[in-house]
Amino acid sequence: MSETKKKAAKAAKPAKATTTVKAVKSAEAQTTAKVAKVAEASQAAVAEAEPKPTTPAAAPRSSVRKTYKLYIGGAFPRSESGRSYAVTASSGEFIANAAQASRKDARDAVRAARAAQPGWSKATAYNRGQILYRIAEMLEERRDQFAQQIAGVEGVPSAAAYAQVDAAVDRWVWYAGWSDKLAQVLGSANPVAGPYWNVSSPEPTGVVALLAPAAPTLLGLTSVIAPAIVGGNAAVVVAPDASAVPAVTLGEVMATSDLPGGVVNILTGGTAELAPWLASHLDVNALDLAGAPAGSDLARDLEVAAAENLKRVVRPKAGYDWSADPGLGRIKPFLETKTVWHPIGI
Amino acid sequence: MFEYAPAPESRSVVDLKPSYGLFVGGEFVEGSGGAFKSVNPATEEVLAEVALADAADVDRAVAVARKAYDEVWSRMPGAERAKYIYRIARIIQERARELAVLESLDNGKPIRESRDVDIPLAAAHFFYYAGWADKLGYANLGPDPKPLGVAGQVIPWNFPLLMLAWKVAPALACGNTVVLKPAETTPLTALLFAEICQQADLPPGVVNILTGAGATGAALVAHPGVDKVAFTGSTEVGRMIAKQVAGTSKKVTLELGGKAANLVFDDAPLEQAIEGIVDGIFFNQGHVCCAGSRLLVQESVAEEVVDRLRERMKTLRVGDPLDKNTDLGAINSAEQLARIRTLTEAGEAEGATRWSPPCELPERGFFFAPTIFTGVSQAHRIAREEIFGPVLSVLTFRTPAEAVEKANNTAYGLSAGVWTDKGSRILWLAQRMRAGVVWANTFNRFDPTSPFGGYKESGYGREGGRHGLEAYLDV
Repeated sequence: MSETKKKAAKAAKPAKATTTVKAVKSAEAQTTAKVAKVAEASQAAVAEAEPKPTTPAAAPRSSVRKTYKLYIGGAFPRSESGRSYAVTASSGEFIANAAQASRKDARDAVRAARAAQPGWSKATAYNRGQILYRIAEMLEERRDQFAQQIAGVEGVPSAAAYAQVDAAVDRWVWYAGWSDKLAQVLGSANPVAGPYWNVSSPEPTGVVALLAPAAPTLLGLTSVIAPAIVGGNAAVVVAPDASAVPAVTLGEVMATSDLPGGVVNILTGGTAELAPWLASHLDVNALDLAGAPAGSDLARDLEVAAAENLKRVVRPKAGYDWSADPGLGRIKPFLETKTVWHPIGI
Repeated sequence: MFEYAPAPESRSVVDLKPSYGLFVGGEFVEGSGGAFKSVNPATEEVLAEVALADAADVDRAVAVARKAYDEVWSRMPGAERAKYIYRIARIIQERARELAVLESLDNGKPIRESRDVDIPLAAAHFFYYAGWADKLGYANLGPDPKPLGVAGQVIPWNFPLLMLAWKVAPALACGNTVVLKPAETTPLTALLFAEICQQADLPPGVVNILTGAGATGAALVAHPGVDKVAFTGSTEVGRMIAKQVAGTSKKVTLELGGKAANLVFDDAPLEQAIEGIVDGIFFNQGHVCCAGSRLLVQESVAEEVVDRLRERMKTLRVGDPLDKNTDLGAINSAEQLARIRTLTEAGEAEGATRWSPPCELPERGFFFAPTIFTGVSQAHRIAREEIFGPVLSVLTFRTPAEAVEKANNTAYGLSAGVWTDKGSRILWLAQRMRAGVVWANTFNRFDPTSPFGGYKESGYGREGGRHGLEAYLDV
């Protein structure tokens, strides 16, 4: 992409995305606080500590803070419930008010996903791969921003936060490469005993509800979203608790990555509140329970609710290692196998 | 049309015992849950008394299967396991006639079908999966696939031995041991299969067969010693099983109901399409989860298709399942017959037009004449609910897009049929059908190498082919 095109693309981005970058940059300049502190909170603290300026020229600049909203159908609405919850750092410091999604938001998200799914599954595998790779590109560019957010909400050292971003970027790249190989690896031509041509191919199952784990925030989100959408499904993701901060920012990455609106929808809030509505929703075809504790009553109840329309369920695993090679374990459960027969003759 | 002279297959080849026990640990043993009778649905004659397994029997069978898994079967090299499975395949072929007659006696299906479809396909499944036993690493499911343990399998009454083969062959090939519950109304070929396991010297406990009813199946599915649950049957029971295993580590595959659309376009080869429609809905008395029970015909040819279909239906012979000329045998049970009657009455009550060819049904036994409904709307019960009998609902469409929309307008997604001369249209439709199997210019084809299973509420997992192995492996 040429420099001018890049600029044009930036200008076309939603306003919030650009302000986020600015907010982080100004924070970098103004604060000496550790990276572990989230940009806006630190910047606000600095602003308060400084004396009032005497002339306008010397006025310290107050940052423009970002409002964290949901990501539904390619747009960033607030929760229809009007609710929000405070995300705080591990030190207790205020980071942001995240939108607290409601049942209605979850239903809106499912509707958006259902609307987007046919188009996404009809896109060529090559095209889907390109878009997943584009997400990796956009994520890479916002490495610092994500690292700061992860460090802030997870309370991990900067190096660990950077390592997580890198792992997430690499994972998007890994899954991007699967899009145009799944049919070859998971499909087959079947040597039937008779004059028939017969071939089996994987197809998306439809709308998938994903409960992201609370941690690692960005890698967890990536690890549930990417495998679900690479084969042509649309997803509704619940980003619980403090993961709202990187989740909303990931939504901004997606909004600027040519991913059609509605293919991924992100609900921030509480897993225990939102998940039952998604598990019992009859227009949801599959459920990833990663964010429900393994062996918990919640996980069991969600699985029971999912049985109503025989959703495909990925059960949570105790001690699952999000940094390990994910294999195809989260791709296959969300794909169906279709076998097409035709007689052979002249 | 002249009548064919009767051509009954002799039943002397079958040696029925008055009563059968459970098959546990390589032997027939007494059950502790009492007994029930299996009847011939064509005559209502009692064929044999069969033990009813209760929870204690399930405990015992699972324990025996576990022991056989730990000590023998999972440790045996794949190449050795394969030999036992090959032996089973061979013995099924050797005793094919006996199995076919017994299947027709117990199930009511025409001997023509049990002889030419059920039994050969069952043998073919054992052959196919026997060859996988020492090649699992090549199945593209992961570098080192391992068996799961004890498989609890519950199968339906429509294809008793074939469903057994679909379940047992891949389970054994992957190194699992099995506790299988055949359907209450069709336990006899499974018990003959137990004898086949004995003839094959299969190590005791590798295959265990518990006869019984719904409670037996429920106890098996819920048993904590079962690592894998495989079920073929109704969506309603599948839902119950999915709820029952929630929160456990059991791996589950479900092959459930269907309400398949069979689409006929105006350029279809009509002669073949008519045969395909007949095969799609009247094969096995319509007791087929993937039966083409919703015929969607392009409006411009609808009248011609229905006329030709009626003519063809007049030639169907309904009656004695053991007669080699019989096309439609007996409905499997009085209960199923009542269900078919209820739904067809609903069809009439809701305003659809019912037609059956003139045909005399036998006085005894459970029989139902082949039936079609025209003037069916998508809202009618006969267009939405699985009838599981020889009843076809005919709907029409104008454009391919409308055909797709109507075909997919169901909670099920097991199979679909498409009849058209145009290859590009076949591929276009095949892509859009939300169904696990799409038959183009053919219908009801099965093969051990081909994955079979449903989308949506028709269940999850695939049986058959390389894909069928995954259900029995820890991958």
